[in-house]
Amino acid sequence: MLILHCPYCGIDADETDLAPGGEAHITRHGAEASDDAFEAYLFHKKNPRGVHFERWRHSFGCGKWFHAARDTMTLEVFGTYSAQTVSPPKTLINKIKKKRPDWEGF
Amino acid sequence: MSKAVSVLGGATYQGEVTITEAGLRGMITLRGDLSDEKLAAAVKSVVGLALPETRAIKEGKQGAVAWMSPDELLLLCEYQHADALVAKLDAALAGAHFLAINVSDARAMFTLSGAGVREVIAKGAPVDLSRRSFKLGEIRRSRIGQIAAAFWLSDEETLSVICFRSVGAHLFDWLKNAAEHGSLPRFL
Ligand SMILES: [Zn+2]
Repeated sequence: MLILHCPYCGIDADETDLAPGGEAHITRHGAEASDDAFEAYLFHKKNPRGVHFERWRHSFGCGKWFHAARDTMTLEVFGTYSAQTVSPPKTLINKIKKKRPDWEGF
Repeated sequence: MSKAVSVLGGATYQGEVTITEAGLRGMITLRGDLSDEKLAAAVKSVVGLALPETRAIKEGKQGAVAWMSPDELLLLCEYQHADALVAKLDAALAGAHFLAINVSDARAMFTLSGAGVREVIAKGAPVDLSRRSFKLGEIRRSRIGQIAAAFWLSDEETLSVICFRSVGAHLFDWLKNAAEHGSLPRFL
């Protein structure tokens, strides 16, 4: 069972309280984009075996979107952070680097 | 105007705890900047209460105010007062970025009373309902079974649940099942 700390209401929310929002920090290409860019936005996901940055929504709780960093293989959660950012916080990246020295980085 | 009725007309069930459909309740969703003093003053003027802390509910003589999210409160009041209180909020907050809306008819509310109310809810919510974790005065938005619900304890033997009216009958059935005689572990 995945438990993520919601940075907005402070609850350690059970997976069943949450809705997944897929890969985080992707560029949202609109209708004016080239076919290639739009295809990449829609379909080309990293889907890594290891460190992954994701969007989640505390859907049954406070309703807010937030970000989470976790390991898709071990399910270890490295941390959660605000939705109002385009990249993970430095402290979190450093924490992950320490735990996963082979990680390619964000 | 048509005669308003609550979802189950005050139905009750007596099991390990008593479950009562709470009848018509006034409920107002207020969204806005909770750090704005004007908003706090407006809330005080309609329910007579200061803003609650994160995840808290304050109950008073005129009603209650519950923290629902970083930019949302739920105000509880007399059913017939809700429209007038929304108008009062609209006037007090004119010019600010906010939303006040009467959601009374979109909701259902149940009151559970008796020893064991924590355990009835614990059967279906992904929440630690032990005394150590879930305190009096805390409101929790989560799910019960498969449906969205918010609940809080006014005292150790009085628990209120709010859900969408469309699933009110389902929640009542769910609660009755969870409160069946002899079905509580009596652990919490
Ligand atoms: Zn939350």
